[in-house]
Amino acid sequence: MNIFKDAGHLFRFAGLFVLAFIVFLVVRGYVVPKSFGQYGHYRGDAMSDIAAHPVKFAGHQACETCHTDKADEKSKGKHAHVNCEACHGALAKHADDPAAVTPTKPDTATLCARCHTATAAKPKEFPQVNPSDHSNGVPCETCHQPHNPAIADAGGAK
Amino acid sequence: MNGVEGFMYPNEIGLQWSVLIVLYPFITGLVAGAFILASLERVFHVEAVKPTYRLALLTALSFLIVAPLPLQLHLGHPERSPEMYFTPHSTSAMAMFGYVYLWYLMAVLVFEIWLDYRKDIVLLARSSKGLLRLKYKVMSLGSDNINPRALHIDEKVGWVVTLIGIPSAFLLHGYVGFIFGSIKANPWWSSPLMPVVFIFSAMVSGIAGVMLIYMATTKLRGQKIEMRCVDTIAMYLFYIFIIDFSLEMLDLIHRIYEADESFRSLDFLVHTQLYIPHIVIQIMLGTITPLVLLFITQVIKLPEQLRKRIYVVSGCLALMGIFAMRWNVVIGGQLFSKSFLGYTTYKMALVTREGSLVALALAILPLFILWALIKVLPPWMAEPASHQPAGD
Repeated sequence: MNIFKDAGHLFRFAGLFVLAFIVFLVVRGYVVPKSFGQYGHYRGDAMSDIAAHPVKFAGHQACETCHTDKADEKSKGKHAHVNCEACHGALAKHADDPAAVTPTKPDTATLCARCHTATAAKPKEFPQVNPSDHSNGVPCETCHQPHNPAIADAGGAK
Repeated sequence: MNGVEGFMYPNEIGLQWSVLIVLYPFITGLVAGAFILASLERVFHVEAVKPTYRLALLTALSFLIVAPLPLQLHLGHPERSPEMYFTPHSTSAMAMFGYVYLWYLMAVLVFEIWLDYRKDIVLLARSSKGLLRLKYKVMSLGSDNINPRALHIDEKVGWVVTLIGIPSAFLLHGYVGFIFGSIKANPWWSSPLMPVVFIFSAMVSGIAGVMLIYMATTKLRGQKIEMRCVDTIAMYLFYIFIIDFSLEMLDLIHRIYEADESFRSLDFLVHTQLYIPHIVIQIMLGTITPLVLLFITQVIKLPEQLRKRIYVVSGCLALMGIFAMRWNVVIGGQLFSKSFLGYTTYKMALVTREGSLVALALAILPLFILWALIKVLPPWMAEPASHQPAGD
């Protein structure tokens, strides 16, 4: 058939596409993990990999079991709903073995500024300050007790 | 905070999409527009633009090769980009674009260029020696059948490919508009007109770009610019520009008339930060001025030299205007808060990964690729011998 002979170059071009497609399928077979798509558009085994990570946070209940004085103090102030590890960091290792792992005390001069530095995006009623104007580098705990930050005489934290 | 006025949510203060994301739709627009110009000759038989046919295809290919680079640089980790093909995500428009890109690159542009050049490639393979011969042999895929019947088949298949290429070009660039138009949280972008506006502006930029490249390459080769060709291109540029401008104005009027809750915020933006890029550069200099200039060439018979100058000025202004349009869409859409109570600013870096120097390099890179492609596959190869310059 002349038509096939005269269109032979087109079949060669089509052959290139087929070849590229086969190479694509082979490479895909190698690089796409077998568990891909098992639960959604991601590698299914990632779930068990993540689940195997050691637990880093102990949870506030674990802290409150021993530190009842601090828990009582905190429950009366504005920070009642702030979790212990939000400020003190992940402390599962300390909860497992309090004697072997002792956490370092946070530096309030920088820690408090993380939440209380004034920005336009925060609600107006949220206590916020310009740290350098407000305390000029003096640690916040000099005036505010972190677990219950309100200054009684001033009628509340500012 | 520096550059922030009023209320901004924290994630709105710094712009997520930089000048590279401005460059990306500009480049894909040039691809789509250049291809549409090529299709004028192939499908719609506009013989006058024939001298630009091959040049338009090569221009489209050069820019298409560079099109993903701004995205790669913006996202980082280019080694992850094949994931888009290996694990296709059918509900993500951005993920599916990889397939649109590949289809347009391989099944449309490369195939059409190969079909159109095949006869020349075979002749070059026959007349050359050594490595050069091997190069052309590989490019011809080892087939040297250029009998009239085989060439007739090429012609027919090429016509079909171009026909398929037109909606593909629309898809390629309509997608970019679709991405912006479908973001309903952003009133500056969210408009069903966006893909259509992007397509027509793409045609304007592509046609203007190829016209300028044709004039520049012809001049560099010491050849005479075919006025019939540039007059026809300018005429199409003018008509498509009118449609593009009408659509943009329709979008604007619709926004003004609708005046939804975002209107005051956007209106303030257009009258302050975006006044120069939107009103002055995009509308006044980049749209109305070239439209008026092109209109003059359509109604008054001007001398050839003056027409050429007007075409060059109009083409450059049109390209500048379309780039400004991309800028105003991409950057403008990120300058205001979704609360409509605040504004941020965009300061373009110079030598960072997403800086202006990188953007400039990416904008120029397609021209170097085009130069290399022209060296391998000269678009004017098929011209009569008398038109060939002595040393070219």
